[in-house]
Amino acid sequence: MPTTILHKESLIPGRTSKLVLDAPQIAATAKPGHFVMLRVNEQGERFPLTIADTDPEKGTITIVYLVMGKSTMLLEALSEGDSILDVAGPLGKATHIVKGDSVICVGGGTGIAAMHHIAKGHHKAGNYVIAIIGARSKDLLLFENELKSFCDEVLISTDDGSYGHKGFVTDLLKDRLEKDKKVQEVVAVGPVPMMQAVAGTTLPFGVATTVSLNSLMVDGIGMCGACRVTVDGETKFTCVDGPEFDGHKVDFAELRQRLSAFRSQEKQSIEHHEHRCSCHDKH
Amino acid sequence: MTNTENVKKPAKTPRVDMPCQPAAVRAHNFKEVALGYSLEQAQLEASRCLQCKNPRCRQGCPVEVRIPEFIAQVVKGDIAEAYRILKSTNSLPAVCGRVCPQENQCEGKCILGVKGEPVAIGRLERFVADNAMHDPCVGVSDNDACAVTNPDLKVACIGSGPSSITVAGYLAARGIKVTVFEALHEAGGVLIYGIPAFRLPKDVVAAELDGLRQNNVEFRTNWVGGRTVSVQQLFDEGYKAVFIGVGAGLPQFLGIPGENLIGVFSANEYLTRVNLGRAYDFPNFDTPTYPGKHVTVFGAGNVAMDAARTALRLGAESSTIIYRRSRAEMPARHEEIEHAEEEGVKLFELVGPLHFNASESGVLKSVTLQRMALGEPDASGRRRPMPIEGEVFEHETDLAVVAVGTRSNPILLEATPGLELNKRGYIVVNEETGETSIPNVFAGGDIVTGAATVILAMGAGRKAAQEIAKRLLG
Repeated sequence: MPTTILHKESLIPGRTSKLVLDAPQIAATAKPGHFVMLRVNEQGERFPLTIADTDPEKGTITIVYLVMGKSTMLLEALSEGDSILDVAGPLGKATHIVKGDSVICVGGGTGIAAMHHIAKGHHKAGNYVIAIIGARSKDLLLFENELKSFCDEVLISTDDGSYGHKGFVTDLLKDRLEKDKKVQEVVAVGPVPMMQAVAGTTLPFGVATTVSLNSLMVDGIGMCGACRVTVDGETKFTCVDGPEFDGHKVDFAELRQRLSAFRSQEKQSIEHHEHRCSCHDKH
Repeated sequence: MTNTENVKKPAKTPRVDMPCQPAAVRAHNFKEVALGYSLEQAQLEASRCLQCKNPRCRQGCPVEVRIPEFIAQVVKGDIAEAYRILKSTNSLPAVCGRVCPQENQCEGKCILGVKGEPVAIGRLERFVADNAMHDPCVGVSDNDACAVTNPDLKVACIGSGPSSITVAGYLAARGIKVTVFEALHEAGGVLIYGIPAFRLPKDVVAAELDGLRQNNVEFRTNWVGGRTVSVQQLFDEGYKAVFIGVGAGLPQFLGIPGENLIGVFSANEYLTRVNLGRAYDFPNFDTPTYPGKHVTVFGAGNVAMDAARTALRLGAESSTIIYRRSRAEMPARHEEIEHAEEEGVKLFELVGPLHFNASESGVLKSVTLQRMALGEPDASGRRRPMPIEGEVFEHETDLAVVAVGTRSNPILLEATPGLELNKRGYIVVNEETGETSIPNVFAGGDIVTGAATVILAMGAGRKAAQEIAKRLLG
């Protein structure tokens, strides 16, 4: 059964959008940390997106994507009322949430959306939640208002200094960890270099650090191992063992390398798509 | 016909060969290799059957196809009746005729095989299935009655591979409403994502599934057992029994250095991209496959053969199978090994991998291999491969496919409290009934036995379906 898009909102025009999907079965069981596998149309590929929010009563889930390849271009071409052919989930292990002291949730880029759901889970469990979000510039920041609506603190950085602290999220994180000894855990979701930098920042403080990995996936249900990563010297499947792992034990260099496996085919796919679009002369 | 005529025939008539695409042509396309019998060929082959009073062939078939009976109808030319007989115990005859290891099953027991060649039962089964129309009243019911559905009796199958399809076909024919929950976007399990189109065309699978839909079986794709829906939830929603047929699935890797380099894939990933994702038609389909000039496949089962033959069809210059034992121990069907070799797949026997090596850009460049000799038999009864000291060499490869088996997939099992598992993580069932440690929850196929064959999964499905039918219908 195709899944209907109930609501679409452009967060960064042409670049990042938010979709609210009519998916009661997934909304009923999804928890923070879970993801879905999607396929836009009959010729489409399967790809994973983290669930950014759920509303079990309304039977909806929210997804947020960055337009970066053919599949997300297809998604971006859809409007409210259109459907996505296949949406399967919830998948992966849910975030491990325990009641304790304060938790710092760090988000970068589109990862802020996924981090938002995890932060919400910690807030509901009664934890003191500090959100640290960062982007290259002010207009690329996501979910600031949503985070401010429930987080105890929201700290912001931009690379160009157009808003908040000028610099990286890791500057804010390090500063905080130096002053605050009651942080039980740091959670980071974002681009691989950012998650790696967060893990590097927290290591000297000995603070538990969880990262949500964005490996390439095919089935998302453990059948193929496309998403395998090395954690503490062992091979793990991101889709069933993760996507969250101990940031101090992940082989980030290997993950970055593996993410580039299909780069030339990804380019070819976009070119093929754009060529077809221009043939139809819609521009 | 008298008995004496019947007995003489086989000596005179050799087994009728299967027409095939020439190796040089088929190695470059995804069309079916074996083309199927004509009516004349089928009747000639069928006439070799001795019509034994106590047919041993039937005992060799896990779903007990009434083999001499359907073959007798082929001789007469009544293909519709032959199909009805097949379908009375087998919900997937077009599939089984193609992918069953008949040499170990029905044909392995055929009395003609003692002195000569057994009757080509699989080819005849395929001929009948391909040439008979789907009749919604023909079902796997142990009887031919057209069922009247009882809306109160419903059964859920989790997974849509061969075992679940068998359960669904059997129960639907007895008037029980079956809903099949599939995690992927297309139903069929290994028939869709695993076995390539050149052995099992996807329209054949689609036709078999359409037959079930006509018989009131509902398929729900994108439903992940244990995630989107749990076993308990199904009972809460009024299902009277649940059949778990989720397969093994989780791929095993070699556990050697360099295995996570770009260019090393599990056979499941490689085949799923190509078969389910239609990556052979990239970029018209969006799922890409990884191009390899020199492809190396590790393992020697049917999955390894499928991967090695797929690589050639995707344009590889060379495709090599690496196996640590010798040819005699290869678990793949002889026919598949022969087909692969005819197409140009090379076999390296008695060789094991030591480690994968990266190029300067960090992707797979070669694999270092160790020559082996066979030692004493191990726990499995097969002679154990032992490394020959100093016999190590490097083999150039830019795409490696690991096909050394699967493990049990934990997703549903972890979400089903009370389900008893064995040491290897597979579901424990009552051998007579297929029932698990949870009442009215049944299981069969690879999630019980570990990776096995389509027909064994179907046999397990049939057993469970018989028990479910007995309980629900009395």
